[in-house]
Amino acid sequence: MSETRNIAVTVNGKRYERSVDVRLTLADFLRGPLGLTGTHLGCEHGVCGACTILVDGQSARSCLMLAVQANGHEIATVEGLAPSAERLHPLQEAFRDNHGLQCGFCTPGMLMTLVEFLRDHPNPTEGEVRVAISGNLCRCTGYQGIVAAALDAAGRMRKGG
Amino acid sequence: MKPPRFDYHDPETVPEVVGLLKTLPNARMLAGGQSLMPMLNMRLALPDHLVDLNRVEGLAYIRETGGALEIGAMTRQRDIEFSQLVLERCPVMHEAILQVGHRQTRNRGTLGGSLCQLDPSAELVAVAAALEATIAVAGPKGTREIPFSGFPKTYMTPAIGPDELLTRVRFPLWPRPHGWAFVEFARRHGDFAVVSAAALLEEDRGKIKRASVTLGGVAAAPVRMKEVEKALVGQTASDALFRDACEACRKIEAMQDVHAPASYRQHLAAVLSRRALERAHARIGAAKMSS
Amino acid sequence: MGFVGRSVTRLEDAPMLTGRGRYAADVSFSRELHMRVVRSSHAHARIVAIDAGAARELPGCVAVWTSEDVAEIPPIDFRSTRVQGLEPHRQPVLARDRVRYVGEPVAVVFAEDPYLAEDAADLVTMEVEELPVVLSADRGTEAAVIRKGYGDIEAAFRAAHTVVDLDLSIGRHSGVPLETRGAIARYDAMRDALELHGATKRPHANRDLLARMLAREPGSIHLYEGHVGGGFGVRGEIYPEDVLVCAAALRLGRPVKWIEDRRENLMACNHSREQRHRVRAAVDAQGRILGIDDEFFHDQGAYVRTHGARVADLTAGMLPGPYRVPTYRAVGHYRLTNKTPAATYRAPGRYEATFVCERLLDAIAAKTGIDRVEVRRRNLIAKTEMPYARDLDVIDTEVVLDSGDYAGLLDQALARADWAVLQSELEQRRAAGEAVGVGLAFFLEKSGLGPVDVARVSMAADGTFDVVTGAASLGQGVETVLAQIAADALGVDYRRVRVAHGCTDRIEQGYGSHASRTTVMTGSAVHIAATKLRENMQPGCSAQGSFESEHMTYPYGVHIAVVNVDRDTGGVAVERYLAAFDVGRAVNPRLVEGQIEGGVVQGLGGALLEEFVYDAEGSPLSVTFADYAMPTACEAPGIAVLLTEDAPSPLNPLGIKGAGEGGVNPVGAVIASAIDDALGVAGAVTRLPVTPPRLVEIMRAERR
Repeated sequence: MSETRNIAVTVNGKRYERSVDVRLTLADFLRGPLGLTGTHLGCEHGVCGACTILVDGQSARSCLMLAVQANGHEIATVEGLAPSAERLHPLQEAFRDNHGLQCGFCTPGMLMTLVEFLRDHPNPTEGEVRVAISGNLCRCTGYQGIVAAALDAAGRMRKGG
Repeated sequence: MKPPRFDYHDPETVPEVVGLLKTLPNARMLAGGQSLMPMLNMRLALPDHLVDLNRVEGLAYIRETGGALEIGAMTRQRDIEFSQLVLERCPVMHEAILQVGHRQTRNRGTLGGSLCQLDPSAELVAVAAALEATIAVAGPKGTREIPFSGFPKTYMTPAIGPDELLTRVRFPLWPRPHGWAFVEFARRHGDFAVVSAAALLEEDRGKIKRASVTLGGVAAAPVRMKEVEKALVGQTASDALFRDACEACRKIEAMQDVHAPASYRQHLAAVLSRRALERAHARIGAAKMSS
Repeated sequence: MGFVGRSVTRLEDAPMLTGRGRYAADVSFSRELHMRVVRSSHAHARIVAIDAGAARELPGCVAVWTSEDVAEIPPIDFRSTRVQGLEPHRQPVLARDRVRYVGEPVAVVFAEDPYLAEDAADLVTMEVEELPVVLSADRGTEAAVIRKGYGDIEAAFRAAHTVVDLDLSIGRHSGVPLETRGAIARYDAMRDALELHGATKRPHANRDLLARMLAREPGSIHLYEGHVGGGFGVRGEIYPEDVLVCAAALRLGRPVKWIEDRRENLMACNHSREQRHRVRAAVDAQGRILGIDDEFFHDQGAYVRTHGARVADLTAGMLPGPYRVPTYRAVGHYRLTNKTPAATYRAPGRYEATFVCERLLDAIAAKTGIDRVEVRRRNLIAKTEMPYARDLDVIDTEVVLDSGDYAGLLDQALARADWAVLQSELEQRRAAGEAVGVGLAFFLEKSGLGPVDVARVSMAADGTFDVVTGAASLGQGVETVLAQIAADALGVDYRRVRVAHGCTDRIEQGYGSHASRTTVMTGSAVHIAATKLRENMQPGCSAQGSFESEHMTYPYGVHIAVVNVDRDTGGVAVERYLAAFDVGRAVNPRLVEGQIEGGVVQGLGGALLEEFVYDAEGSPLSVTFADYAMPTACEAPGIAVLLTEDAPSPLNPLGIKGAGEGGVNPVGAVIASAIDDALGVAGAVTRLPVTPPRLVEIMRAERR
């Protein structure tokens, strides 16, 4: 057996204590032991962005971190984005209303990338949005609906929607 | 695509790291993980021990001292990007860092990791060459300093012993005002540069007093174009001067890969070094007008 | 007010937005084993020995199989082809005696978790004897020759006022969905039922194929589709891994899960598009086409997969496009090389054929001195000629263009692009030193492949409705679109309609989603079933609808793109993009636009960025997302879509034509045309993708 470690991680506000294999990636930890399969793996070498999560409020590729490295940190994933089971986050609403997703595989990574971006840039230009999501590949939408959704969401969030 | 087996260590001090490196066979250090983790996932790196530097204290800082910027090895690229000090005192580094990867990778990626990975196309490696950085490494016998010119040993391999770690990089600053530019050509936004060029210029009464021209992505390590620099010093800047001087860049022995043949890299080397010099020169003018 | 024709929001979105989707990797069963494939690192070699001893001894490794362990499983069959003689080139599920491409499965390992499976796979070693490799269809075993044509082609060229001839190449690239493939099989002894999860595209046909290969009754195999992270033609065919997980679940008595990694995906999942055409056209003094004569070389890679020779067939059958071509001859050399096997990728054969056809039209314009728009206008088939039968077949159907007002759409597109103003703007910018240009490409699509589809609509006790189909959903919005169609026929809200798809145990027959058929064929069947149910709409009642069609429908369009070439670096920026497309009738216009926008950007990938490159030994060099470069949001332009409904199809009750492939079809052609214009050099682009090094070479050659 490989070496294991005990870790304590807060994910979407909930604390988890687990024993993990030291080579387990953070993405596989979230998807496997924690059952949070909303974080997707599209390349496992840090290019596609589908596995993007927030670590202490900053976006990161969860395929490029080990689960042990998350010990003591706060993680946010797509499952924690909606404020309640009945309501969507304004960014999620904007994705729905602007046809910002087709197959939905890139969507969690796009959402987590944009949550950070819109927090730091509440009134972005289209060009800034394109740069912000340039680390997230989408193969379905041509990015058109995603860019529109991001700009729409920025407006909704500025209004406090 | 899952990492191989290894033992994991997460020391908290530099001496602990050095102690581990001294005793552990086939160990690799994990900094921001933006290069090593893909290599682990693809099993291109097969270490027996992984020494994680992310909990080591005192390796993340940016400060100005003695005419240089000192940046700690574990300083995140993100912190360089948002540093007011870097923007004001070392704008070429700021321009370069904006072209490094993406938000998600800069949030994690570190200066020291990038330099030790020593990818010939990496922006921060080219900046270190352009500024003639000095690299501090800690080892069993204490700390030693390596000028950047002696830092690359071979392709993607720094001249650091297996029991040493990079702790700090010192970037000498250019006086105000100076001209700077970091330009690159990449297939896509955020990709490693096919070729990059960093230019720094100091001018005095219309004549170029000092010049630094560095090309990344062309050869196994960044190339300082001394021949170009020599051709510029003492001359009056002009488009014709830059164009003629940069033709020398076509002679570099260049790499080829899936993105570009060597001849294209040589061509880009001439184009981008000229563009970088033009932009650097224009910025001196702009700085004078605004001062 | 009805729902068909309205851009309502999708029924699919809620779970996908909240991280509760169920893609293949999200399917897990207790006690499952994880399969890892050991792949050839040689492009062509004789297998001398495979040593799996160390792997078998690794704790956590349950079994290792090589070809001897699956000797009873036949090679993977074609699901349709009329071309004879391809059988010897079918792929075995594990290589026997020889490996023919890097990435070919040679062994499989089953272990307790994916990390251990990879550990064990790394311990399997292979001794080989290297054999010579073939990496170009200029050589290579000729598996088949595709011949199509009509009329006296020689006479046409004898009568020609002008002849243009071109040598054109399209690069090897592919669909590359963001989700890699995945297959999870489990056997339920109680029901004697073998389940395969992660299915898509053609679940029923794949069930039947698996049944033949595993010697089981089709009724004892069930395929299940969950969420699918994109298909684009490559996903949802039967590959070796699908068969292996099924065989393993039966033999090992535990569920078996295989999730492809990206490196595998780029060397094992179908490639596409690689063709070289030597083509010539005969034209009269007015620039009217008298004949097209095309000889092409199709690089199939190492094996013939499930499609048989379909891509070459489509290329030859669709090449005359929207034009009046009185005589035509196509000879396609379908050749095997030591590369990853190729098959369909979104607009298969048409991306290639439109590139060739539109390069010809541009060449005719240049050589005759007739304006390129005018040349097209003179050759487009007229509205009054519809339906237009061509003496050609394509994928086993006769080509009868069902409806169209090609010239009308050209006018609308030119007006929308403000063509005259655009020309003068670009001229001014060129005068100021910029290398900017505009490209235009007209294209013909095909959709709605028959022969039949069925659907069942029933009313539940709570007043909601269930639509059960054999369609598949690969992210395009199938549930929403079929619900809209059903809702209108039933006179209810589309949100009260649930749509089932992709599961072979819900409906006896099904034809999946491919060839832009679903909205046309399944949609029509749903419309018929729902219309029937409405006659007797009570809880518990249901109605079946069946729709047959012998002929395909032919949507058409024109794309216009403005590019800016960096003369120094060879970089190409796409500044503006207009995609005009007539789909007969758009059930959900926003979803159709989404199909087009996504297709355009995929097309730009193939035109400018994406290519599977091999070294001289046949090792693939594009096996990461750093090296296989798909467009990001920064390379994608803003895309304007002009969606028209001027030519409804007479072949189905709603007048629909399929919309899945009109985005990608002409992109290579339009970008080539735009780059020519930017450089001021007719015919500069002869090869896709137009990479910066190639463009620098083109400009250098031009200066000489």
